[in-house]
Amino acid sequence: MLRAPHRLLGLGLAVGLAARPAVGAELRDLYFGEALYHAYQGQYFDALQRLDAELAQYRGLDEPGLDTLHYHINGAEFSVGDFELNYRMHQRAGRAIKAVLEGAVDEAVRNEAAFRLARIQFQKDQLDDALHALARIEGTVPGEIQDDVEFLRANIYLATGRPAEAVTVLEELRSDESLAGFVAYNLGIALLQDGRSQEAIEQLDQAGQLPAGDHAALAIRDKSNLVLGSMLFEAADFERAKQALDRVRLEGPFSNQALLRAGWAEASAAQYDRALVPWNILADREPTDVAVQEAMLAVPHAYASLNVPGRAALMYGRALELFSNQIERVDASIGSIREGRFLDALIREESRQDQDWVIRLRSLPDAPETYYLMELMASHDFQTALQNYLDLEDLRSKLLAWSTGLDAFDDIIRLRGQNYEPLLPEVDAQFRELDSRIRLRFEQRKHLGDRLQAMLTAPRPEYLATADEQIAGARIALIEQQLGDSDRPASLALRQRAARLRGALTWRLETEYPERLTAAHEHLNELNAHVEALTRQYDSFVRTRQAATHSYVGYEAQIERLRERAGDALERVDSLMARQGHMIETVAIQQLEARRERLVAQQTQARYAVADSYDRASRVQAGPEGR
Amino acid sequence: MARRDRITITLAIVLCLGSAYGWAQQDDQQQQQMKGLDEEVQAIKSDVLGMAEELSRLEEKLLFPSGTQVAVFIALAKGDPMRLDAVRLQIDGQLVAHYIYSFKELEALRKGGVQRIYVGNVTTGDHQLEVLVDGKVEGGADFSRTEHFAFRKEVKPKLVGLTLAGPESGNTPIALGEW
Repeated sequence: MLRAPHRLLGLGLAVGLAARPAVGAELRDLYFGEALYHAYQGQYFDALQRLDAELAQYRGLDEPGLDTLHYHINGAEFSVGDFELNYRMHQRAGRAIKAVLEGAVDEAVRNEAAFRLARIQFQKDQLDDALHALARIEGTVPGEIQDDVEFLRANIYLATGRPAEAVTVLEELRSDESLAGFVAYNLGIALLQDGRSQEAIEQLDQAGQLPAGDHAALAIRDKSNLVLGSMLFEAADFERAKQALDRVRLEGPFSNQALLRAGWAEASAAQYDRALVPWNILADREPTDVAVQEAMLAVPHAYASLNVPGRAALMYGRALELFSNQIERVDASIGSIREGRFLDALIREESRQDQDWVIRLRSLPDAPETYYLMELMASHDFQTALQNYLDLEDLRSKLLAWSTGLDAFDDIIRLRGQNYEPLLPEVDAQFRELDSRIRLRFEQRKHLGDRLQAMLTAPRPEYLATADEQIAGARIALIEQQLGDSDRPASLALRQRAARLRGALTWRLETEYPERLTAAHEHLNELNAHVEALTRQYDSFVRTRQAATHSYVGYEAQIERLRERAGDALERVDSLMARQGHMIETVAIQQLEARRERLVAQQTQARYAVADSYDRASRVQAGPEGR
Repeated sequence: MARRDRITITLAIVLCLGSAYGWAQQDDQQQQQMKGLDEEVQAIKSDVLGMAEELSRLEEKLLFPSGTQVAVFIALAKGDPMRLDAVRLQIDGQLVAHYIYSFKELEALRKGGVQRIYVGNVTTGDHQLEVLVDGKVEGGADFSRTEHFAFRKEVKPKLVGLTLAGPESGNTPIALGEW
């Protein structure tokens, strides 16, 4: 009985403090949301792949504060740990959270990181480290995790054999409604471990009557009643034991055990007729279940005790038949496992579509290897081994798919090369010519811009003369040159006329200078729009040209390296699968052989009991003289 | 109570509680082997995750370069009770995605997960996105909504987020967000 509470403790924590991804009120990073989408479906490999990539990208940024992941960075670091733990990567789990803990973060975030690290370490069975992490919590603790922190602390105390301290902590948590069932149950266990049996019974009695809404709370309530019923039964308090066991739901995961024990509680009080009620319910259930098989013997035992030997003989006969059938099934299971069909059945894709796949596997037609799977799954280590095997199978599928994908990449690269290589030299030649013309125009535009800028401080009206004015100015200059310095009256008159013309031209240039300068700037600005469009087109072309090269050049080495890595990993996965599979088969066969031995013992017991019951029935039928 | 009965009862309880009965019989060597295997499995998981990350980067570079990449994401409005059945997307009149949701996927969306429903390539410039949503309202009646959006593809990757809501929620049935 001492082992039971420690084993049962797992549920109290696993459900009560199930690792949940940390996401703030409003999701701002779509890729973080995508990682959560996969995690919520139990696809932790995909979730980790996405989040690892996001975090690596974030850490490589010059200004991470501008990235959308920045809003969720602590939640993302926390989630990585949760995903790793759920993906059974205990060795890696916690590294990211440690980084948060060591970083420059505010007190509340650091405390949450310490809590999450402690929770991971607790689940990794690193209990001292978990306590050490909790000891780092000081100051402000986020309200939503305050009770979770204390609940975890109590669980660590329990797991480290400090039940008195666990009791103290759990007493303080009684008011937390969300943890009510788990706190009540664990408090009962803590009291039991602390040697306070009477208080433990009272506490479990309360835990077994708490209102429960969801599936987890109902399950922990059932477990409280089952443990309480067993304790009271051992204390020979059969009436109260029966009351507790009767509170266990008929359809819950603990109902078979509860029905069996409820029957024994009645039988122990010599209430055999009442014992038949739960046992008969049980006897009609799944015949591979240990409790059901036990009930097959218990039912005729009750009839025999009620002095109905004929009925007892009949029921022992049924039990005998069931045990024979079950021995055949166990033999078939063992044979099928030896032929390797157990592992084949486990990795059937269609059988793992929902969370009840283990239950459905048992009822697969013509699959004897899976009949006793539920029994095997009751062991945590077997589940881990099985999950590892399934994970390896998933990895194997991925690696095979990637190998095909890498071949496809090779094809893409080859085809792109075949397409671009004949085209690009001609395109490049045309581009070089265009490029030199574009650069010339850009230079001219820059020159004009510089000149206009200079004219703002040093006016040069002649620069803004129109073509006609420039021609006119040139002609005036030529006339002036031809007239020279002659003193002849005709020349003087002509020079005066030329001077008037130059004056008129200068007047116009000087007086219209501001308007012309403004117009020139406006024209230059209009040109800017065209220059910008040209620049965009130019940049777009350069990018497209680069993209064309990048689409097929420089991948060979990387692809070859990835192909080699995938090949090596595939070999390792195959080898690990073979070893893991062999281990699962060995353990499964060991367990089934033990189960077979038990069935054979029950069969022998039933055989003798049948004979005994028939004798007794015959004597009853023969009357007093026949005895 | 007869002594034999008590023994039977005690045995029954011990057997009932001993659910890990077979496993407990393993020898230490087997346990050690199991532990060693578990560590090797963890190591290969880590290696394959590293490869997956590199492969994903390579795939993105080769198939969806940033200059042309467009990705469309689906989220559900917080607390919306509608049951999303299917989403269909057309970009510039071309059907690019038609997705039918399983129960698990719907639950993941309801919890706040975001699905990348489509990733593809478009040229820089303006594009049209048509979104058709099929689902059921809380009472079980069918509903269908179609919305048209315009988006502009720049040089960087274009991320389009669509938040869906049922007709009874009071939220915009299909809201576009851009990142």
